[in-house]
Amino acid sequence: MTDTTSTEQHVTITLNGKEISARPGEQLIDACERNGVYIPRFCYHPRMTPVGKCRQCIIEVDTGRGMQLQPSCMLTVSDGMAIDTESELTKQVQEGVLEHLLINHPLDCPVCDKGGECPLQDQAYSHGPGESRFVEQKRNFEKPIPISDLVYLDRERCILCDRCTRFADEVAGDALIHFIDRGNATQVNTFPDEPFASYFSGNTVQICPVGALTATPYRFKARPWDLEQSESTCQTCSVGCRVNIDTSRNRVLRVNGVDGDPVNWGWLCDSGRFNFEQIHHDDRLGSPLLRTDGGELAPAGWAEALDAATNALRGAADSASSGGIAVLGGARLTNEDAYAWAKFAKGVLGTDHVDAQLGDGLPAELVLGLPRATIDRAATKGGTVLVLGPDLKEELPVLYLRLRHAVEFDGATLVEITPTETGLTRYARSSIHPTPGHTAAVVRAILDGDTSKAVGGVEPADLARVAELLRGADPLTVVVGRGSLAESAALTTDAAAVLHDALPEARFLPALRRGNVFGALDMGLAPGLLPGRVGLDEGREWYAEQWPGVPSETGRDATGILTAAADGHVDTLVLLGADPLADFPDADLAARALAGARTVIALDRFVTDSVAKADVVLPVAGYAECDGTTTNLEGRVTRLSKRVTPPGTARSDWTIAVELADRLGTDLGFESVADIWAEIEAVSPAHTGITLEVLAQAGNADGVLAPPAEATVTLGRAPEAIGEAASDDATAADPDQPPTDPDAPADAPSTTEAAEPAELAADSEAAVEVVEEVAADVEADAAEADADSDEPSEEVPARVVAGRPALLEFVAPEPVAEPGPVDAYALRLVTRRKLYDNGTLTAHSPSLAPIAPGPRIALNPVDFDKVGVAEGDEVRVTSAAGAVVLPLARDAATPRGRAVVTTNQGVRITELLAVDAAAVDVRIEVP
Amino acid sequence: MSRLNDANLSLAREIIARYPRPRSAMIPLLHLSQEQNGYVTEEAMAHIAELVDVTSAEVYGTATFYEMFKFHPVGRYVVNICGTLSCALLGAGELIHRAEETLGVRAGGTTDDGLITLEQAECQAACTEAPCLQVNYRFRYRVTPDELDQLIADLRAGSLTDEIPPHGTLARTRQQIPADRWVRPVAPEETTAAPAWMPAPEETSS
Ligand code: SF4
Ligand code: SF4
Ligand code: FES
Repeated sequence: MTDTTSTEQHVTITLNGKEISARPGEQLIDACERNGVYIPRFCYHPRMTPVGKCRQCIIEVDTGRGMQLQPSCMLTVSDGMAIDTESELTKQVQEGVLEHLLINHPLDCPVCDKGGECPLQDQAYSHGPGESRFVEQKRNFEKPIPISDLVYLDRERCILCDRCTRFADEVAGDALIHFIDRGNATQVNTFPDEPFASYFSGNTVQICPVGALTATPYRFKARPWDLEQSESTCQTCSVGCRVNIDTSRNRVLRVNGVDGDPVNWGWLCDSGRFNFEQIHHDDRLGSPLLRTDGGELAPAGWAEALDAATNALRGAADSASSGGIAVLGGARLTNEDAYAWAKFAKGVLGTDHVDAQLGDGLPAELVLGLPRATIDRAATKGGTVLVLGPDLKEELPVLYLRLRHAVEFDGATLVEITPTETGLTRYARSSIHPTPGHTAAVVRAILDGDTSKAVGGVEPADLARVAELLRGADPLTVVVGRGSLAESAALTTDAAAVLHDALPEARFLPALRRGNVFGALDMGLAPGLLPGRVGLDEGREWYAEQWPGVPSETGRDATGILTAAADGHVDTLVLLGADPLADFPDADLAARALAGARTVIALDRFVTDSVAKADVVLPVAGYAECDGTTTNLEGRVTRLSKRVTPPGTARSDWTIAVELADRLGTDLGFESVADIWAEIEAVSPAHTGITLEVLAQAGNADGVLAPPAEATVTLGRAPEAIGEAASDDATAADPDQPPTDPDAPADAPSTTEAAEPAELAADSEAAVEVVEEVAADVEADAAEADADSDEPSEEVPARVVAGRPALLEFVAPEPVAEPGPVDAYALRLVTRRKLYDNGTLTAHSPSLAPIAPGPRIALNPVDFDKVGVAEGDEVRVTSAAGAVVLPLARDAATPRGRAVVTTNQGVRITELLAVDAAAVDVRIEVP
Repeated sequence: MSRLNDANLSLAREIIARYPRPRSAMIPLLHLSQEQNGYVTEEAMAHIAELVDVTSAEVYGTATFYEMFKFHPVGRYVVNICGTLSCALLGAGELIHRAEETLGVRAGGTTDDGLITLEQAECQAACTEAPCLQVNYRFRYRVTPDELDQLIADLRAGSLTDEIPPHGTLARTRQQIPADRWVRPVAPEETTAAPAWMPAPEETSS
């Protein structure tokens, strides 16, 4: 937890006779560690409140009253402190504590998963007495008991350090495990029949300093010394947590969190931690499929499949203008894959009908054009966060953790404008739930101070309260996303536009869900966009020089593409891992589109419902099977590492783009992932200076924000032309050289410590130089523009670099019309997502699939009673678009007059949705 | 239903209102539930968790820390015989032995008729009166084995019903705070000055 306010001051303490300087307010245990003296510990965790439970960190300290034994994790440094970590007494006490901790420990290391990476084992060797005098009976418990679907607890091994229980309470906010009983009988446990069903339970397994907690996906799978470890970034959602991927013999066996200070603080959600299981699922596609004359999808060779795809594309390109080809998806690719496809689709095929989102997100201009916030900014001490969108706990779980922490510990103020209660509601100072269809009107009323009457189902007092909280909020961060698919994205856009207009200082954190949706948008996989957050028209000239071609006019978004396809205007539809049948918020349109497109080419890892309708299916590599980079919701570019080979002959998406381009007679111009990144760095105005070397620098292990802000980001070198950069980047991306944590010297008591700070210093020096270079470039460029006097100099956008086009600015669209009132027999529909659903990642992870909650429609008790059936009974839900059958649930958290359905739980909720509707009303009938 | 009944629920709300934070009322509410049911049921713990806005696990963890909360049905009378040092030296062993014989159960057990639960307890802070025991936390001092037999006979005969309420009832009269003497609870972070009873801090010169 960095505290930037006190960097100037320091306190001086004497550590083993040597004067050292420590940061004010830091724990003694940390100060010693940063200065090369590692004090053994079990309960202390730098991301949680110190509790002094285990007593292992006791040392001799003189705080002015003579030497005393004190737990160093509970002591904040103060001037003049003298510490002796090497005294005879210290040693005696530490040995005594260890002997004590081992009294009841079963020492079943040979059959314990933690053996080999166990702090208890390691510190028993380094700081223990070597022998125990305890000969009596140890306490016994039933060997591991499940405390949730994912976690087992072996109470005999537990040393009662309070890490798991503290995490559950303090970090996750799910205090479902607790110390039970007292004294020698104390144990960690759950309330009877109330499991530790937390979305974050896997973190307890990771931080348990012994083998007491184990996770089902990893239990007895490997010994730590057989694992190869490599850093990467979680691509399950767009938070982009830093992870370590553990592999053995070409299989991913475990994923652990790495402490990324700006993002995840070491935590992961269980979805991101455990859904690696899907990588090795038997249903993974290992060979291309082609639709036979008989109408079946049958395995085919790559040459054959690529030929079929090429023919379809060539035919489409010839037959019509750019209207013939459309590309959907790409939000789960790497940046490099996305760029290759953007270049292929827009530069070679000449189509701008490209959209990485499936109508379930927000318009790309909004996402890229609004001033972006970082997570740290949102979590600023004393800042204000307005959540205008989905339940972050379900969709972007670690962002939820960070915001929860900001509210609980750092005095941040949280305000919610969501269609129903969320996981954050209990932490919000105010939480309002406008009637779907009226969100923009509610936001307007709040900002106009027009709080005299109720608007959109929100009472005047509540409007006034939110207005009050937003007034003078500093800094204000708006998390903006789709709260419900049953409310038109145009209303969210409208609301965001109004906020941006009224509160120009506000920064936005777009809450789009899919792993690399931001990378896809940054790479231009959206209509009217070119790589680097550049509008098609603004970037045409520049990209015409870089690419074989540029689309002549702005294309259609997902809705437009599917509508055109349904009307028979799309000849070839390419799906980049997209499943519009499952995800597009208008099931009927998606189905008609897939039927209406002449040829559907799908690049995917599984045969999804949409892939099953394709004519050409090309198997692709996925997470942990590709090197490259990914971009999170802040615009942070981090590295991915390839750890295993994809099944069968599946290959990376970018190689398919290269192959297809080649068959169409165009050389895309890259032969490796490093080549692609070099080109991105060289052409994209948002990625100037973010070279692979820069990304590989130890100080940038947490990634680099794009576009880089000169003051805060370390850049490697000035931009170069394409081609020149390619060769040396290959070495920079060496996956065997995992980036080092900037805090690493402090974390590990190692002998190489002295060398590392020097290295870091060198990095940042180089960085400073380059920042200057880039700055000089910008100036030179501005001067040039001036000299050319094409445009008046004051109009040169600040973010122009070296002749590249300017980044997109958000232009507010026309406000949309509101829907009418709900009629007396109908309920207004709200869709929400749960962390575990039927999406490919969860559904193909055997540990997670069973814990998806299943479909339901929830009503407020008052509305529920009117239906007159029992809880769990099935009802028929009908909208203007379609009907589905769902079990009915009674839920006090659902506002009256609303029906809340969970998406993607086995029942296709999108049947109820119509993409052009501002809001959707449903009727509930008893079948 | 072993959640709090309606009467106790309104009592519970009153108790919660006495504290600046609802969770501080957890232990009084556990006693209340034990008074209602004779022991602390899971349903009651879940109910208390709802009332004071914590998880059931937190209530469970807190409750199980304390000897006086029972999680299984116990007798109408719980007889705790102290077995710690002073009492042990002055004949506790003999007392326990006699109790086991007379009651026909081992320490920790409950008689078949559900009347008496026998327990060997740790120090009850009456070492000067050893050996001592408690019946539903009401002391008997310097007990001889014969006196113990007499006590058991009295319990069985019901002649102590007035004196000793059933297990779980700490006191028959509940403290009521008259409205005019009611002081709003103040959260620690809302206090502006040291409480009146606290002596002013000494001036230290350093
Ligand atoms: S289970 Fe592990 S983390 Fe939890 S208290 Fe025991 S030793 Fe600590
Ligand atoms: S929050 Fe998102 S990025 Fe982080 S572990 Fe979970 S799924 Fe992965
Ligand atoms: S680490 Fe300090 S008491 Fe446990």
